[in-house]
Amino acid sequence: MYKILATETLTVNSKLFRVEAPYVARKARPGQFVVVVVDEQGERIPLTVADIDAGAGVITIIVQQVGKTTCQMATLEAGDSLAVVAGPMGLPSHLGNYGTVACLGGGFGMAAMFPIARALKQAGNKIIGIIGARNLDLLIWEDRLRGISDEFYVTTDDGSKGRKGFVTQVLQEKLEAKEKIDLVFGVGPVPMMRAMTRTTLPYGVKTIVSLNPVMIDATGLCGVCRVTVAGETKFACVDGPEFDAHQVDWDQLVARQALFVPEEKLALARFQERIAAQAGAKA
Amino acid sequence: MPKANFSRHGMPSQDAAERIKNFGEVALGYSEEMAVEEANRCLQCKNKPCVDGCPVNVRIPEFIKAMREGDFPEAARIMKSTNMLPAICGRVCPQETQCEEKCVYFKRGASVAIGRLERWIADWELDRGVELPQLSELSGKKVAVVGSGPSSLTAAGELARMGHQVTIFEALHRPGGVLTYGIPPFRLPRTVSGAEIANLQKLGVDIVYNFVVGKTATVDEMLADGYDAVFLGTGAGLPQFVGVPGENLAGVYSANEFLTRVNLMKAYAFPEYDTPVKVGDRVAVVGAGNVAMDSARCALRLGAKEVSIVYRRSRTEMPARAEEAEHAEEEGVRFLLLTAPTKMIGNDKGAVCAMECQQMQLGEPDASGRRRPLPMPGSEFTLEADTVVVAIGTSPNPLVPRSTPGLEVSRHGTVVVDPATGATTKKGVWAGGDLVTGAATVISAMGAGRRAAASIDKYLKGEE
Repeated sequence: MYKILATETLTVNSKLFRVEAPYVARKARPGQFVVVVVDEQGERIPLTVADIDAGAGVITIIVQQVGKTTCQMATLEAGDSLAVVAGPMGLPSHLGNYGTVACLGGGFGMAAMFPIARALKQAGNKIIGIIGARNLDLLIWEDRLRGISDEFYVTTDDGSKGRKGFVTQVLQEKLEAKEKIDLVFGVGPVPMMRAMTRTTLPYGVKTIVSLNPVMIDATGLCGVCRVTVAGETKFACVDGPEFDAHQVDWDQLVARQALFVPEEKLALARFQERIAAQAGAKA
Repeated sequence: MPKANFSRHGMPSQDAAERIKNFGEVALGYSEEMAVEEANRCLQCKNKPCVDGCPVNVRIPEFIKAMREGDFPEAARIMKSTNMLPAICGRVCPQETQCEEKCVYFKRGASVAIGRLERWIADWELDRGVELPQLSELSGKKVAVVGSGPSSLTAAGELARMGHQVTIFEALHRPGGVLTYGIPPFRLPRTVSGAEIANLQKLGVDIVYNFVVGKTATVDEMLADGYDAVFLGTGAGLPQFVGVPGENLAGVYSANEFLTRVNLMKAYAFPEYDTPVKVGDRVAVVGAGNVAMDSARCALRLGAKEVSIVYRRSRTEMPARAEEAEHAEEEGVRFLLLTAPTKMIGNDKGAVCAMECQQMQLGEPDASGRRRPLPMPGSEFTLEADTVVVAIGTSPNPLVPRSTPGLEVSRHGTVVVDPATGATTKKGVWAGGDLVTGAATVISAMGAGRRAAASIDKYLKGEE
């Protein structure tokens, strides 16, 4: 069991956990993730390591409540435990000195973007931070991202904070204005990463995305996370999670992600009924 | 000398129509009466050909003799002197190509049912509480065993018995490797494998879960961390694909994924368990080994109406055990032999809906010694399928080899060892099982684990 030492509610639908996982904390590097299982009946889900305290043997993970497992996780508090925290999985980010790197974080992907952007900054890059969410209440770690950025932009779909619109619009303008951008890095929902790909492709700017397909073992055993990159099959768990966005077969990724949506909805509905019944019993 | 008796006892089993509705064990096991009768058929050959047929050299005539004398504790003791996982082996070993193939009754199709006797005596002992073997004096040496499949469990058990302090590092959250993620509970109930693994833990074997060697720590770090020797038994977990267009459509599973969902994650109990699986009405399984049979039979139990094995050679070349293929057939699995997929076809949602196949004919023998399948031009046809499971084999997982400098690996990705000892090219590191051989049997992996344990023991005692 992996003890939760502290939690923090970040937004209405995301929560941070500081979890005791000394082996993972010792080895994890920016860009890597862990596999988490909540309890005995739980599924295995990949979650980005958002921060690492190697000395204390503690990692930070953040979940967005989208399905049964993440909603169940959000009910946990300090003192509770997770059944499994395995890793660090995946390859670490390539942290070269590229020059100017635009780091795009969409929605919950901001948290996953943070450790990579920080490491890129430490590696000597100039960081253009561009983060966006549906509205201002859904922004995560805005201050932390701002703190490591040389230039920083916030967008919201409804204009409640920063600029109204999408992160890709800011990127588009910079590229149109021929500003120097040597690399674009992005983490976020698939539609956002896909839009980024379309934005940078005409300008030929190298674009890296961190993919988050369904995984089970995350050690290369099952292959559920396979993605086609440059015409070749890759396993996101061991060959990724970062890939050249211009080479990813996005249609296929979207189709593979959609396979179990009906089951995910069913599991979530059952869980919500259970929670409601428990709340009813208490009241 | 007993009289020749050619009437081998059949195995009581769940009726096919009933068993495809559950994940309970198919083969129900002998009664005591049947077991003793079957034991009585053994001719107690002086040259013991059956023992040579067994990769761990179980003292077969001796345990059978004890059985028919009614001394079951002694039978169990004899068996476990060379095989610490008999309830597992009795269920999943291909005895018909090993010990039973060497039985003098074999040519008459009536080998003594050694596997069934092994299972019976192992279950008899598990029911009554297992007698733990005598442990050697503690050596004070620490051994790390990587993975917890058959070769690792065997090596760990043997090393613990020799007095070494053994820690198994398992990447997943449950022990057993392929016994747990791969082999379905209707062939190997989890209570049985769980009990045998628990017995190893009683010998002092410690299991650390969620520890991915190569990621969580490297072999070099483990050696530097105070382990005197490392045994690698990480298996052949990397799924192979056919390489035809459309193989990454949604609804196309590797057999590893399909079986892992069902067996390790208990997707058959969704939504009580969180991991889902769905098969739809029509399932095509590509391949005809035991893993393909397991996948096909799981698909039936998950409610598929039509399950087809699609295999490019003929029945004779099928790698599955005859018993598994027969069980699958009894349960209603269709065999499309001399048939190879050429393309997976998707619907407008990017999910598989059919597989284009081609008829094959057999030509001259290929490198494997089996007749090479050749496509018949113009024989293409479409097989509708809501789910496709690709079960054409696996190769070693590269996580450990890639993160271990000094470990020689073949071009097939298998780890190179001295076959007599299991020693790798890296000092202090041994390997065995599918990681070394490529996908093979549970018992050959156990044999390798046993040989490696003997060699590690000598090394730790400074004898080699």
